[in-house]
Amino acid sequence: MEPVLTLKNVGFRYGMAWALRGIDLEVNEGELLGILGPNGSGKSTLLKLMDGILVPDEGKILVRGKALSSLGRTSVAREIAMVSQENYFRFEFSVLEVVLMGRFPHLGRFQFEGPKDLDIALNALKATHALDLAERSIHGLSGGEKQRVLIARALAQEPGVVLLDEPTSFLDLKYKREIFGLVSSLSADKGISVVVVSHDIDLVSQYCKRIVMLRGGIVHDSGEPAEVLTRTNIEAVYDCPVLVDNNPVTGKPRITLLG
Amino acid sequence: MNMTPIRPLSAGKVITISALMCACLFLVVLLSLLLGTAEISFDRLVGAFSGSLPAADPSALIIFKIRLPRIILAGLVGFSLSLGGVVFQALLRNPLADPFILGISSGSALGAIMGIVLGFSFAVGVPFMSFAGALLTIYLVVALGTRKMGMESSTILLTGVILNAFFTAIIMFFISTASSSRLYTMLFWLFGDLSQSHYGPLAIIAPVVVAASIVLYGFSKHLNIITAGEESAVQLGVEIKKAKMACLLVVSLIIGLVVSFSGLIGFVGLIVPHLARMAFGSDHRMLIPVGSLGGAIFLIVADTLARTVISPSELPVGVITAFLGAPFFIYLLMKRGSQWSRS
Repeated sequence: MEPVLTLKNVGFRYGMAWALRGIDLEVNEGELLGILGPNGSGKSTLLKLMDGILVPDEGKILVRGKALSSLGRTSVAREIAMVSQENYFRFEFSVLEVVLMGRFPHLGRFQFEGPKDLDIALNALKATHALDLAERSIHGLSGGEKQRVLIARALAQEPGVVLLDEPTSFLDLKYKREIFGLVSSLSADKGISVVVVSHDIDLVSQYCKRIVMLRGGIVHDSGEPAEVLTRTNIEAVYDCPVLVDNNPVTGKPRITLLG
Repeated sequence: MNMTPIRPLSAGKVITISALMCACLFLVVLLSLLLGTAEISFDRLVGAFSGSLPAADPSALIIFKIRLPRIILAGLVGFSLSLGGVVFQALLRNPLADPFILGISSGSALGAIMGIVLGFSFAVGVPFMSFAGALLTIYLVVALGTRKMGMESSTILLTGVILNAFFTAIIMFFISTASSSRLYTMLFWLFGDLSQSHYGPLAIIAPVVVAASIVLYGFSKHLNIITAGEESAVQLGVEIKKAKMACLLVVSLIIGLVVSFSGLIGFVGLIVPHLARMAFGSDHRMLIPVGSLGGAIFLIVADTLARTVISPSELPVGVITAFLGAPFFIYLLMKRGSQWSRS
């Protein structure tokens, strides 16, 4: 099957310094892809390139075979949704209003949301277990609640791909687990491709079928968790001593930081 | 799931509330036509409009030659300032923004004051100079504030602040060297003056304001999304550079235009958008019509006060808006300040 997103030899630089180079990557239909790498390795830049917010300086990105750069912003938003770290509501909106913003790329300039849009928004809230928040103000939510609402907004776009930039930073254990569980059910049950950038190596190991590991703007390694999450790889990429064994419950690689 | 049915904002609700605001506006206009130094009874007002009073009747003259054009100007100016405030607050994601924040006020003031110094007429020359000053300011803000990555809000805000300071210095220079008769005219312009209204300019302003409101209304969903961050706006499908540039230019154009005929009237573009937000929430599909109509109502009321409180003499309308606006704003800040600045 044709990949949803294809990156061919993609490079991007801020000024003269290359942030990413020679990235070849495919995101397949319905897969949950984890992207790991230390700070500054180009993870967020990669996500922004995949969403067309940044334009590659070399190489090209295809969305279902079409060049990303040839699509208008609304077409991109119907295919790709992103939950970034910058989310900052200056004025008061209800949770439902925020999720309905996800319908923007599907509506005409002067068009109001109809019953169908409301249905989609409510279903998105249901899928992220946030339906009971619908009438609350976005300002009154906890970190975990807000993250679920923003994922619901992304779902309301009815995209083929959802990109998540560190969705679990600032969240406690319970919410981390909940978000990853939610994200993996999106790909498993709804056939949505999910690309998640994270620093939670163990969670990525547990939930993602495929991992791409970045280091200094290039792909250091990629493949299944057991192939990528080796002691050699992690010590090289994160530059610190670790112990890697298998999680006795899931059998997936488990990382312990050594003092 | 036992939930009360929740519904998104509908066009019907926007239209209903806008219609109510229009009815309110009509009543305020009526009241304002009746009030003033010369007493005009309701009967004579009806007579003037139905044509049963001769056109040369003093009441008819006062209504059609003096009060009506002034009220229409006040309405259009209030409408535009408040519309500009709503849009700029969203665009700059700054609840303290008003339509003058990018320095358009000082640019047009500088133009107007140079027009006054040069002895131009109040009907043509001064507005022309003022509008030219506004356009120059917008051009400078956009040209100096645009980077490779597009217009960044903090950059254009800073550019506006700097231009404002620079133009104010030049204005001060002209004021301090002006003769006393011109000084009076200048001050009146700086505090806003709606008494010089004629139908000619109104015929230009009205269609421009209507067209601008329609264009801006087409961006109301964009503005909702932009208030939640520019990057997420792009992710949701907003062509951010185009949307920002279009809104900025359209607002600047109407503000430059109305200010050139009214002088500087503060607080309308700050207070009315806030009131509208408090009453109707943050959805710009509601805020734009409600805020604009509210601005029209507010300024007509303020101008009616300006020409009646010390009748037969009158105050600059900006004195009234500031006098009403500032305490009210402080009250609002005390009451809900923390909620505005929360991120």
